[in-house]
Amino acid sequence: MANICRASRKDFRDAVVAAREAQEGWASRSAFNRGQILYRMGEMLESRRQAFAEELIEVVGYGREEAEAELDVAIDRLLWYAGWSDKFAQVFGTVNPVATSHFDFSVPEPTGVVAAFVPEHAPLLGLVSCMAPIVVTGNAVVLIVDNDAPTLSLDVAEVLETSDVPGGVVNVLTGHRTELREHVGGHRDVDAILSVGASAEERTVLETEGADSVTRLEFRPDRTAAEWRLEDSQSPYWMTPFVEFKTTWHPVGR
Amino acid sequence: MSSTDEPDYRPPQVPTVDEVAANERADRLATRSIKTEAKVQGLRMLITMLDLTTLEGADTPGKVRSLCQKALTPAPHSDQDYPSVGAVCVYPPMVEIAREQVAGTDVNVASVASYFPSGQAALEERVEEVKRVRDAGADEIDVVMNRNAFLSGRYERVHEEIRELAVASGDAHLKVILETGELETYDAVRLASQIAIDAGADFIKTSTGKIKPAATMPVTLVMLETIRDHYLDTGQKVGMKPAGGIRDAKTALRYLVMVKEVLGDDWLTADRFRIGASSLLNDLLLQLEKERQGRYHSKRYLSLG
Repeated sequence: MANICRASRKDFRDAVVAAREAQEGWASRSAFNRGQILYRMGEMLESRRQAFAEELIEVVGYGREEAEAELDVAIDRLLWYAGWSDKFAQVFGTVNPVATSHFDFSVPEPTGVVAAFVPEHAPLLGLVSCMAPIVVTGNAVVLIVDNDAPTLSLDVAEVLETSDVPGGVVNVLTGHRTELREHVGGHRDVDAILSVGASAEERTVLETEGADSVTRLEFRPDRTAAEWRLEDSQSPYWMTPFVEFKTTWHPVGR
Repeated sequence: MSSTDEPDYRPPQVPTVDEVAANERADRLATRSIKTEAKVQGLRMLITMLDLTTLEGADTPGKVRSLCQKALTPAPHSDQDYPSVGAVCVYPPMVEIAREQVAGTDVNVASVASYFPSGQAALEERVEEVKRVRDAGADEIDVVMNRNAFLSGRYERVHEEIRELAVASGDAHLKVILETGELETYDAVRLASQIAIDAGADFIKTSTGKIKPAATMPVTLVMLETIRDHYLDTGQKVGMKPAGGIRDAKTALRYLVMVKEVLGDDWLTADRFRIGASSLLNDLLLQLEKERQGRYHSKRYLSLG
């Protein structure tokens, strides 16, 4: 049905350069604005519902009902994370009790550039479920898609294109993760890696290669398409692996 | 001003430049693939040819000092030994500070002068400034050409001015900035290059970095060809300095290829070829570290620059 690009080491390198360039600007936008943009993604997805539903049925082999269900949840999930954009810092930030005359508080800040191996199952919803919690806090992401319906991810890229996400914040690479994992793990400008459904081997490679530059690693098991639709496939704790907590000690008089 | 003021100089007859051919040639020279050892050699060479530059209104002595440190030891935390850069390039008030920082090392101090970047001042003032930075200890002085005079066709005036600036610079190396972004045509670039060379420029330099477009490959090619033809005529070797907009190692390597192709090995030295840049150094280091470790490196491990 289509010839799909098989991303190489250099494609990944270029994607990281683009992500690095975009990340700071993205993070410095107001949380509210990031929320608006995620919301807009949801709207854009909604407006292409028909096309996505057809594709899920024809390419992935979903039934009509299942396709509609996946779309519903994907749209809702974008909106759900959009809502978190300006609430996340309040919920996870803290004012810390300290014994000195300091006002001491911790706030989450984005980790930076994140590479994400997205799920094999649920080609639309799985991707959305991984991308949204990463970008909403101000990270830039390079998504690596290796599944039977990679065209879905390219359609998602079209949705992103029309939803005001600044260029470079979300980058999509289609290709074999076995070919890319070593370079992803070893790239010193990648701050964190999410790997969904990693094989034992991939885990070892990422851990070994990433150790040198102390890359944050988050491994999650893949889920079935039905499981991805469940409510426990979305959580604010999917955002926390990709933030750093900055603690400030502010002197106060007594 | 009429040409009677300067009877001994007549504007040179320069060959016309074929614009399409120049663009084409520059494009072709940009397609060479340079890998592994050749790349490492080129990158290290580029470091030594770098004029590490800070020309901002917001420059402070502190910033200039840290720039000098970076010029001397580009990557202090790497276990690899990298060469120091060719020169640091600063505004006139910073010359003494830079001089102090790089004293007793191979790194030169270059200063812009003659009312950089516009050059819009009386000649006496511009000459005065050149003398001041010379006395403050600048090894190299980057002066701007009077584009106003050039564009209104007063070529004798341009020549005379550069000659006076050259005399004022004394032993310091004089680099003449043509500001090619304001010259409109390659023919004008060619003529301006020739006038600057005739007037005693040690180097000709593309741009101030304050005007876009700054250095481009075709413009540099035209200037290199002027240098080549001048060398063939007189045996005198003038240097070349593209500056502004060269931010990554790949582009810089292409310039190196062009110099080698047009002028040959004699110009592949810091005495005859320089690149004016501020952020290029970090990219050179990133690529060198990548070649060494086999992994893509991050700017996080490098100092600002």
